[in-house]
Amino acid sequence: MTQPKAIEVKSVSKNFGTYQALKSVSFNIGSNEFFTMLGPSGCGKTTLLRMLAGFESPSSGSILLNGREVVDIPPHRRRVNTVFQSYALFPHMTLEQNVAYGLENLGWDGARIRARVGEMLERVHMTVMAKRKPAQLSGGQRQRIALARALAPEPEVLLLDEPLSALDLKLRQAMRDELRTLQRDTGITFVFVTHDQEEALDMSDRIAVLGGGEVQQIGTPTQIYEEPVNRFVADFVGETNFLDVEVLEVAAGQATVRMPFGAVFTAPATGHTTKGRATLSIRPEKINLGDQAQGIAFEGQIVNKNYMGGYTHYTLNVRGTELRASRRNASREGDTIESGATVPVGFVAASARVLAA
Amino acid sequence: MTMDTLHLPFATKRASGARFWRNLSFWGLLPSWLLMGFALILPIAIIAAVSVATRGAHGGFTWDFNLAGYSQILFNEGWTGELEFTPQYLMIIARTFLLAGATTLICLLFAVPVAYFISRQPPSQKAILVYLVTLPFWVSMILRVYAWMIILGKEGTLPRLLENLGFPPGMSFMFNDGATLTAMVYTYMPLMVLPVFASIEKLDGTLIEASHDLYGDRWVTLRRVILPLTAPGILAGAILVFVPSLGAVLEPTLMGGGKQMMMGSLIQLQFGGGRNWPFGAAIAMTLMAVVLIFLIFTALRSARKETAK
Ligand SMILES: Nc1ncnc2c1ncn2[C@@H]1O[C@H](COP(=O)(O)OP(=O)(O)OP(=O)(O)O)[C@@H](O)[C@H]1O
Ligand SMILES: [Mg+2]
Repeated sequence: MTQPKAIEVKSVSKNFGTYQALKSVSFNIGSNEFFTMLGPSGCGKTTLLRMLAGFESPSSGSILLNGREVVDIPPHRRRVNTVFQSYALFPHMTLEQNVAYGLENLGWDGARIRARVGEMLERVHMTVMAKRKPAQLSGGQRQRIALARALAPEPEVLLLDEPLSALDLKLRQAMRDELRTLQRDTGITFVFVTHDQEEALDMSDRIAVLGGGEVQQIGTPTQIYEEPVNRFVADFVGETNFLDVEVLEVAAGQATVRMPFGAVFTAPATGHTTKGRATLSIRPEKINLGDQAQGIAFEGQIVNKNYMGGYTHYTLNVRGTELRASRRNASREGDTIESGATVPVGFVAASARVLAA
Repeated sequence: MTMDTLHLPFATKRASGARFWRNLSFWGLLPSWLLMGFALILPIAIIAAVSVATRGAHGGFTWDFNLAGYSQILFNEGWTGELEFTPQYLMIIARTFLLAGATTLICLLFAVPVAYFISRQPPSQKAILVYLVTLPFWVSMILRVYAWMIILGKEGTLPRLLENLGFPPGMSFMFNDGATLTAMVYTYMPLMVLPVFASIEKLDGTLIEASHDLYGDRWVTLRRVILPLTAPGILAGAILVFVPSLGAVLEPTLMGGGKQMMMGSLIQLQFGGGRNWPFGAAIAMTLMAVVLIFLIFTALRSARKETAK
């Protein structure tokens, strides 16, 4: 990457007693990046974030903020602010006082603080409530104040630990857009933690998928979704079908494989694919049914079907192998395939991906 | 069955139910009322009556209305019967408030870090530490004060220790305000630690992290986040320590040597050797009035804060 690095995490490990929560994690985050750490519960996301903020120190390894080693620098001397999952607004202070808190500690003068607080409250549409206490706010409003409070001191990095998880669905969607806009406008590096893969795909410049205390893959949302490097990533991000296949030949990022039900074709493969047993990952929406079937074609019987409104999920039986497919209901008559029917099934080889077994 | 027949028994049951509960709350609370009446209201009424009675020639009193008990706090009756101002008792009252205030302040200074420390321990150790804080209550107060006399007295542990360290022999730390204060702080410390601990326990730890995150150092975090949010516990602890400190008798008598009196010992003296019951009762009533005003004031303040929220 040519961008300057805001954060460098170098072989960071963290042990809690005998339990190793992080195992030699390394990655860089560029300035102005919206960087997301995505992973299942307990994979060490919060632990990593707390180390960036300074609440926790690594058992080994080092962390650099803008090129400076920070492991020994306490939280109050790092130009990093956090939006806590529980918001952690000071209940005895008005919203104004909450937002001003960091600025006062930085020693800004009164007039400048007032101006900045006013600006931030306006930025999050909370000006009219400036004199209220946090207890008088709704969840979404608290969220906004927590954001304003963390952004007011113009930190080098903003850390967000699952900030949207406490909000209802509609609000979450709106806040995603608002967060993204805020990040673009302020140019501050955002490090966002979530276990919601949709959120990660929607908002991020780059995503680090964490699993079992290790970085599984780092890449753009498209790379993570379309070119997962292993079963863990393919499984955790989005839905997919795993098929046991046999690799006949490997050449230049492509592998020729034989499917359990006979077909032989060439599909993109990860770097470490070798001849022999492997896994083929093919996402449900990339399997086409009926008159749309194309590419590698075969027949399958509809075993089950779940109508979801905008699309329908089908479970197919293809010569003893179970496959899931989904189809967009592009017109009112879209959902016409009946359970029990035998239909043509097909997918384009380039949409599948060969992973290690 | 019609709706009426369904309804009627139910309705009457409800009415008799209400009466039942009213009766229960009356009879149920009766023991408390009796206890309050005989153990609190009646004695106070008697003391109030005695405070306006006339001192008997050889101790005791007669039921003649007289405000001499109260005027004695401020004025001395000369030979010819004229009243002259005497600061003697005012000084004792002032000393009492000073010592009680100092006790409260010192307890607070020790209790906040102790409570904070305990709250930071793992749950299993917390229980043990809280138990240890209350441990002194399991021993009689007189024994505990005597223990301090053994430590601080002429041949006591502390002077001997200092002697071994090369200080002159025969030092005594007894019979002064320092000794009184030491024993009072020791006695009332748990009453401060427990409520402060309870309020620190309730404090959300992420608020402290948020303060550090927003560039607050330890001192700023203590002053602007921890103290304001634990203020109710601190206030409760301060009242629990200050009020009994005002009435302390044992500590000033045994530790302070009894020469420098506090209100508690002054009252005791009037009912004992001084043989001036109305005067003793008047001081007691004054002390109670002051405490009541103090409590009402703090209660009103916190009530106002609640409504402000
Ligand atoms: N203070 C601690 N003491 C002991 N173990 C801890 C501590 N903090 C975290 N852990 C453990 O480390 C692992 C990673 O925890 P962490 O909170 O980072 O997970 P997470 O990825 O944020 O999960 P979630 O999505 O549930 O928030 C977990 O297994 C957790 O039990
Ligand atoms: Mg977490």
